[in-house]
Amino acid sequence: MLSLSELWFLLIAVLFVGFFFLEGFDFGVGMSTAIIGKTDRERRTLINSIGPFWDGNEVWLITAGGAMFAAFPHWYATLFSGFYLPLVVVLLALIGRGVAFEFRSKMRHERWRKTWDIIIVVSSALLPFLFGVVFATLMKGLPIDGQMQLRPGFLDIVNPYTVVGGLSVTLLCLVHGLLFASLRTVGDLRERALNTARKLMLPLAAILAVYAVMTYFMTDVFAVRGWALWIMVVLGAASLGLAAYFVRQKREAWAFGMTGAVIAIAFASVFIGLFPRVMVSSMGSAFDLTVYNAASGAYSLKVMTIVACTLLPFVLGYQIWSYYIFRKRLNDQHHLEY
Amino acid sequence: MDPIMLSRIQYALTTIFHFFFVPLSIGLVLLVAIMETLYVVKGKEVYKTMAKFWGKLFLINFAVGVVTGILQEFQFGMNWSEYSRFVGDVFGAPLAVEALLAFFMESTFIGLWIFGWDRLSKKVHLACIWLVFVGTFLSALWILAANSFMQHPVGFEINNGRAEMNDFFALITNGQLLVEFPHTIFGALMTGAFVVTGISAYKLMKKQDVEIFRKSFNIAIIIGLVSSLGVAFSGHFQAQYLVETQPMKMAASEGTWTTTEDPAPWTVVAAIDPDKQENSGEIKIPGLLSYLSYSKFSGSVKGMKELQAEYEQTYGPGDYIPPVRTTFWSFRIMIAAGGLMILLAVYGTFLALRRKLEGAGKWFMRLMVFAISLPFIANTSGWIMTEVGRQPWTVFGYMTTAAGVSPNVSAGQILFSTIAFTAAYTVLGIVMVYLFVREIKAGPYAVEKPEEHDESADPFGVDGGYSVVTK
Repeated sequence: MLSLSELWFLLIAVLFVGFFFLEGFDFGVGMSTAIIGKTDRERRTLINSIGPFWDGNEVWLITAGGAMFAAFPHWYATLFSGFYLPLVVVLLALIGRGVAFEFRSKMRHERWRKTWDIIIVVSSALLPFLFGVVFATLMKGLPIDGQMQLRPGFLDIVNPYTVVGGLSVTLLCLVHGLLFASLRTVGDLRERALNTARKLMLPLAAILAVYAVMTYFMTDVFAVRGWALWIMVVLGAASLGLAAYFVRQKREAWAFGMTGAVIAIAFASVFIGLFPRVMVSSMGSAFDLTVYNAASGAYSLKVMTIVACTLLPFVLGYQIWSYYIFRKRLNDQHHLEY
Repeated sequence: MDPIMLSRIQYALTTIFHFFFVPLSIGLVLLVAIMETLYVVKGKEVYKTMAKFWGKLFLINFAVGVVTGILQEFQFGMNWSEYSRFVGDVFGAPLAVEALLAFFMESTFIGLWIFGWDRLSKKVHLACIWLVFVGTFLSALWILAANSFMQHPVGFEINNGRAEMNDFFALITNGQLLVEFPHTIFGALMTGAFVVTGISAYKLMKKQDVEIFRKSFNIAIIIGLVSSLGVAFSGHFQAQYLVETQPMKMAASEGTWTTTEDPAPWTVVAAIDPDKQENSGEIKIPGLLSYLSYSKFSGSVKGMKELQAEYEQTYGPGDYIPPVRTTFWSFRIMIAAGGLMILLAVYGTFLALRRKLEGAGKWFMRLMVFAISLPFIANTSGWIMTEVGRQPWTVFGYMTTAAGVSPNVSAGQILFSTIAFTAAYTVLGIVMVYLFVREIKAGPYAVEKPEEHDESADPFGVDGGYSVVTK
């Protein structure tokens, strides 16, 4: 039987997986404005394709943060204070990106638009990269001392393993986003999005393979979780293969589903590999933060479980409804409300 | 500089900035929702135009409120990790509920509202904006539940050196929340109302789109009247609660060093000397403090010196007197701004009801434009009083601010982040005001030229490739 703290670990994992699946594509669309958006109209169409969704997608991250604070205060405190400088950059990027979507269309000066477009592209690339780096360090381990304090050096955060992790996530989001863009546009733009995604499939497979191998040698997750992770690797590889197949068939909905599956499998693997640890200490396993020693009291977890179980169906319901409302492709005749 | 001071400065700056936008969002979205309701009920296009125009301003403002809010959530873990460890169990829960219950609602339905004008039926579209309002309202409720716990901790017990929740219901029926929430919400509605009346007054003076701005003024001034009175009444209850639960904050906001006579007079102004612990040049109104504190003209109010002695007995040696001058003056600034708004709202409503707005004379209209600043002054000084007046506590009676700071983050890192956020916020603030002014100048009938002209737009042309077509 699942204990409440284990359940909350699962919920937070689901929130992060949901976040990367959803915000993953709007990061990708943000990046793709620089790659396939040739004219202002095209860039605007691309941004409009995620316009109604990106804000809601980001709330998955905010909820994951809030849930972490409430269910695992030590995890929240150690992680957020330990990753101080990367998080400052994450926050600046989230701030810039959020207002750029709203501000870019407010004036038609070329330099004004360019500036916000650059902010959208840079932040949309930087954010998945930084999240990738942070999640990679979680698996690799960090110098956490007996007081649960984390004082990482530069090399603890930035090293070949984490950089490859960051690049993997960025590229994965880009392909995922290109496929989303191809789903919601028509004509040239759709073709270009599909073509670019097709060309990126091989590099993506290569970097993910490299990252999986590095994970095998540089972390203990395969040793700890053994067959469970091997299953995930096989599933991930199969999904990626299917994504490549569907892209060639120009069936973008299926391809998008498959890249989404790759994202979900990748991040689920991180949490499976960590469990029951939430943060691995490189100073000895006695200092690991686990779902047991980092968790809130039983009462608090119980209340939150009731609240979450009551509210989540509604949240999922209206989010799905909003995707249903905006299911149509954006074409040239369409008035771009922004 | 030491990390505690820097973390406090960062918290103050980012919170004050965030709180410029949040109340305005809550107030504006209610007005937009009312205007769209009138459109749906009466079927007149003019109300739709109004809803869209004020909606544009709301969206610019909302965007800044949302992005600065994310920083607020992360900041607890980054700068105040010991605080987060100590209270995460209790304080984190309302934050998580806020995200689940309010943020998802706001963000999803705002998307549907912006992009759904021609995809949803009128009624469903209207429901979306109301749901956004409900979302902002719930968000305020839960964040204030968290804040109220810091002011007046309830519903928990200390286990293994951590505060652990043992009564969720106590947390959401916290007396502090019951007085703080109405006061803050009325303040937010008042902010939206005064911004809309101020802008409308400006447009009416210029005789631009008179019908739209007269209607906007009339709707907003009524909200302004109701909410400014609501602020005053709820503030009164809050003061009484304060005397009970945080007497030191009350004493500091009154500059009362020694326990007052009975009945207690209210000090209008005073020169405060915190070192000598005495005041000079006081102007007092007899009996008023007793009324503020107890709703009757009798009863004395405890002074800071006595309270300091009491606190030392309870909590051990230490300095329990908050920065007195800041607390004292922010309280007075808040009250002055609030009082002025009540007067303006009463007179404005009188004019609106008698349909004499245009003949009102320029002085009143000018005053209303100037009054746009009043709610922001009142909101900001109100929060400064509440948060500074609580010092040295972060969780009243349980954890000092100094104890809550992250031990593993260096002063250099906090200095860097403070500079980075301040720079980013300054740019945001400037851009936002600039966009606001632009939208206001362009007016409700501004429409962009069709996209076909877009690509060939000459950035070096007379209008910089941009032009506005007015009907």
